[in-house]
Amino acid sequence: MAEEEIAAAVELQGLTKRFGADVTAVDSIDLRIEDGEFFALLGPSGCGKTTTLRMIAGLEFPTEGSLRIYGEEMGTLSPNKRPVNTVFQNYALFPHMTVLDNVAFGLRMQKVDKAEANKRAQEAIEMVRLGQMAKRKPNQLSGGQQQRIALARALVNRPKVLLLDEPLGALDLKLRQEMQIELKSLQREVGITFVFVTHDQEEALTLSDRIAVMHDGKFLQVASPENMYERPANRFVADFIGQTNLLEGTVEDAETVCLANGARVSVANDKAEGAKVAVSLRPERINVHALDDKPDGPSLEGVVSSVTYLGTAHSYRIAMDWMEIEVREENRPSRGHFNAGDSVLISWHSDGVWVVDN
Amino acid sequence: MVDTESVNGSPVTPELEKAAERADSRRGFLLALPALGFLTLFFATPLVIVAIYSFATRNRFGGTDLSGWNLDSYRRLGEPIVRDILYRSLFLAFITTVICLIFAYPFSYYLATRKESVRNIMLVFVMIPFWTNFLVRNYAWRVLLGNGGPLSQATEAVGLGETSILFTPTAVVLGLVYGYLPFMVLPLYASIERIDWRLVEASRDLYASGWTSFRKIILPLSMPGVIAGSILVFIPSLGAYVTPELLGGAKTTLLGSYIVTQFLTARNWPAGAALSMVLMIVMLITTIIYFRKDGKTL
Ligand SMILES: Nc1ncnc2c1ncn2[C@@H]1O[C@H](COP(=O)(O)OP(=O)(O)OP(=O)(O)O)[C@@H](O)[C@H]1O
Ligand SMILES: [Mg+2]
Repeated sequence: MAEEEIAAAVELQGLTKRFGADVTAVDSIDLRIEDGEFFALLGPSGCGKTTTLRMIAGLEFPTEGSLRIYGEEMGTLSPNKRPVNTVFQNYALFPHMTVLDNVAFGLRMQKVDKAEANKRAQEAIEMVRLGQMAKRKPNQLSGGQQQRIALARALVNRPKVLLLDEPLGALDLKLRQEMQIELKSLQREVGITFVFVTHDQEEALTLSDRIAVMHDGKFLQVASPENMYERPANRFVADFIGQTNLLEGTVEDAETVCLANGARVSVANDKAEGAKVAVSLRPERINVHALDDKPDGPSLEGVVSSVTYLGTAHSYRIAMDWMEIEVREENRPSRGHFNAGDSVLISWHSDGVWVVDN
Repeated sequence: MVDTESVNGSPVTPELEKAAERADSRRGFLLALPALGFLTLFFATPLVIVAIYSFATRNRFGGTDLSGWNLDSYRRLGEPIVRDILYRSLFLAFITTVICLIFAYPFSYYLATRKESVRNIMLVFVMIPFWTNFLVRNYAWRVLLGNGGPLSQATEAVGLGETSILFTPTAVVLGLVYGYLPFMVLPLYASIERIDWRLVEASRDLYASGWTSFRKIILPLSMPGVIAGSILVFIPSLGAYVTPELLGGAKTTLLGSYIVTQFLTARNWPAGAALSMVLMIVMLITTIIYFRKDGKTL
């Protein structure tokens, strides 16, 4: 029992999946997902997210490595013997069964008494607020409703771990945001460990307790959303999570980086002297000033090359002779905005920047 | 200046929309006309003739009187000889269909789960028998099953003694299964191949074993193929003529042969026509049942 408590919900060690000789979809990853965590796997298309998830579900067997769920080695255990359930990207609802039969399927397979299975399935359908739809076939539901039924079908089994493969991918923005909120509150309610695959960084940031950024079958960083955003481990992560400007330069000392145009900026860093780095400057952390309004602290001079109105903000592209920088400045009615062709100064607070390896 | 006369490019009104739709459907009809004409001429007309003859009377000289309309020929179907033939034919067609299904399902399943290249090669193998004349193939079966033929030699070699199944219902069923198996394989393959395998994965994820997944997901979803294949085998088996003639011999008369006898030997065209009509109605009913259920997915 004591051992049970310290066991991670999911523990991967050196997990590798190769397809044939030359495709390594997942390349020796190590990961510990804690009990009750909302964990996001984030990365660009083809980086191995789905493959990782499928290995946890047992739909794909690893080529090498260890995969434990609550301390138990899964090996090549078949999917029906694992305490996990999946919400598939395309929902994969059974087209020839009613919504109720879909949701009750898992319970019936586990030999739950028929009346009991139906009762629990009906409850699960009500939990996702589709109580009146129980008698329908999946093709008589909208995309968002199908998604919710897929969720109910998995959750009704009370799996120890719920795997979700881009469950909101097919929904439009508004519905997606609603579902995100619903998903999050549902997860808190049921307390089940969620492993959530997405390639939408915003979704990962809003929903999860921790995020793993994946690239080419490897994890680049595993961290909380805030750490991921504020202290990205490398250039790829900095660029992938949110938007950023990467100013190339060389480390001079622990306090200073010499940028590629020769400007010295003071930024705290832990890199070796002389290391090639990039200074990550988030667009919303940069201030724009007129030329005669010299800010204190580091600043660079440039010319506004384009202005985009975003509703809540203005986005400027500011051209300097060595690179272009993107700046986002929140709109306030009392303040005007700059126009294309204006010469400006940009500045930032020294705590708003972060140095990554180049 | 704006050309108010032109139809193309003037604002659309409901009348104009209707007119355009009508023009569209006229064009569609014109395209279908050749095939429609052909079918009317060469399919519907003979069918009507058969129907008319089935209500006519055979005269003493073996000709047909079209004047006296009656149901005598249909009444004759109740006679024990005809009824036995009908039942025997239905039974053999049913057995043939079941055996085809039992053979074809696993094979189609295997086929549908292979790589594209393997599938294509195997599909060609399924079609190969069609490259040879049906009659020739039936004669080949006669040799195969005949006294002292390869089958008999083989059973003798393993000590089971001679087999002489030629001219028995077993031989007929064997021949029919051989002849119509591809008609079962192809629709089955098509419907299994179309199944979304992610549904099977979903069922496995929901604690179904491999066998249960098959029963609950694959089998129901491949039902359209099962039904289509069964109809495609059952119907021609029921009316088969060549195979029962060549492999069944004189002892097991089936519907097809009996109808031919009525027309050619007994010169009782009304009886032959009535039997043909019954056969057609049985087939029509099976087909309608099928289309009512799942026809869309054929
Ligand atoms: N069955 C397979 N056979 C061969 N290669 C495969 C197979 N499945 C996946 N791959 C390859 O493995 C890599 C990772 O695929 P995976 O589906 O895990 O990506 P993903 O991160 O989920 O991408 P996406 O965001 O597009 O869904 C890809 O390069 C893909 O081409
Ligand atoms: Mg994927």
